[in-house]
Amino acid sequence: MGEIITYFQYPFVRYALITGVLISLCTALLGVPLVLRRFSYIGDGLSHVAFGALAIASVLHLTNQMLLVLPVTILCAVLLLRTGQNTLIKGDAAIAMLSVSALALGYLLMHLFSVSSNISGDVCSTLFGSSSILTLDRTRVLLCTVLSLLVTIFFILYYNRIFTVTFDETFARATGVRAGLCNLLFAIVIAVVIVLAMNLVGSLLISALVIFPALSAMRLFHSFKSVTVAACLISVFCTAIGTLFSILCEAPVGAAIVACDMVVFLICAGAAKALRLGR
Amino acid sequence: MAQLVCKALSLGYEGRCVVNGLNFQVNQGDYICIAGENGSGKTTLMKTLLHLTPPLGGEIITDESFSLEEIGYLPQQRQPQSDFVASVYEIVLSGTIARLKNRAFYGKAEKQTALNSMERFGILDLRKKSFRSLSGGQQQRVLLARAYCAAGKMLLLDEPVSGLDPKFAAEMYDIIEGLHEDGMTILMISHDRKALDYADHVLHIGDTLFFGTTEEYLKSPLGKTFYAYGGE
Repeated sequence: MGEIITYFQYPFVRYALITGVLISLCTALLGVPLVLRRFSYIGDGLSHVAFGALAIASVLHLTNQMLLVLPVTILCAVLLLRTGQNTLIKGDAAIAMLSVSALALGYLLMHLFSVSSNISGDVCSTLFGSSSILTLDRTRVLLCTVLSLLVTIFFILYYNRIFTVTFDETFARATGVRAGLCNLLFAIVIAVVIVLAMNLVGSLLISALVIFPALSAMRLFHSFKSVTVAACLISVFCTAIGTLFSILCEAPVGAAIVACDMVVFLICAGAAKALRLGR
Repeated sequence: MAQLVCKALSLGYEGRCVVNGLNFQVNQGDYICIAGENGSGKTTLMKTLLHLTPPLGGEIITDESFSLEEIGYLPQQRQPQSDFVASVYEIVLSGTIARLKNRAFYGKAEKQTALNSMERFGILDLRKKSFRSLSGGQQQRVLLARAYCAAGKMLLLDEPVSGLDPKFAAEMYDIIEGLHEDGMTILMISHDRKALDYADHVLHIGDTLFFGTTEEYLKSPLGKTFYAYGGE
């Protein structure tokens, strides 16, 4: 315990914790509607797109890589959520296709136009999340905080519309909800969150941040509102524990957070089963 | 009084025309059964009336006293929806979403509408239950209650009894009949011969078009052949 308190005196630990908690709050918020719409894999797909864009940006020697990564990811998110409206198979096949292509292309580009001497190290840290969350400076923490707050505000203001569109898009459109606009905003927000979350856990593990809290919460709760709230709490809790664990044991942050999410999911699934048997 | 008049309407989707030259009129308080084979364009017709799919030709004239937002819609039940995490209350309440306009949250009036609707359909005591734990018949009632929240004057029902066992189907018809008696206009797609016991008009779409009273329909060669197999 004393050790943890010592660690909290370092600003980088506090920064990492704040950023991590805020980002996992956002992924949990968006995760519930995504899982319910059978878009669990969108986190994976988009983060690979972001990885590909990042590779292009570094090949082009862009000083601010976000200027390329963010628009490309947003564009893909909009396109993916759009094709998904027609049929489900089309949507998930599109995600899978985009996901592998972007990953392959990014890796290929990084090799062909190698800019750093340690390619596999670079690739590994983009995919699995580096310890870069522990090296965040004040500006980035501030940026993350502002964006996370905006995402949360968007979600709260659009909560009822998101629910209606997620549950039944045809009905929502029929009653005059501008489902197209709602989907567009949602796609933009999810892209922003995924690019943010790449810092934290890397692209391979983003899916986990999106789906685990939602799935865990769905084991135990049965209304949309309670699932959303529970998913946020679970996500924040897991990220906090995972980050602390990785600092104490010098383990990779992303993997530690996901492992924590996994354990909580298993506990929730077990608890749900026990509750059902007890009834 | 005519709420809706369709003149020479052509329907289709993705550029493919399925129905041509459709003429019919919906008066306030009508109970119209829409019949026709699978793929003949019944659902497309509903989507066109709701302005979800643009008509390929012809026009839909709505009465001045009647606005699109007064239509309640019960879509065909799709599978993925059945395991959705939501309480009955949340779903029924979402039927009032059109009244939010630019507001973000539901107010007292919307909540009261949802409660009244649940009471009417006998699902008030289920309001905290999860949607996915309900039986097919109960789920259908919840969706009907949601549609009723949105409906001021007209209900569009897409196969409300398909997949329900005869007991639930009969209950469903009784509920719909109750709404009709209260002056609600009903447009219902159904393959079920029983629906004709309730409907006062039939709109048959397919290769041959028919619009008239149920009696005329049952006497017509079209009605006789279509239901020769006992409906569904």
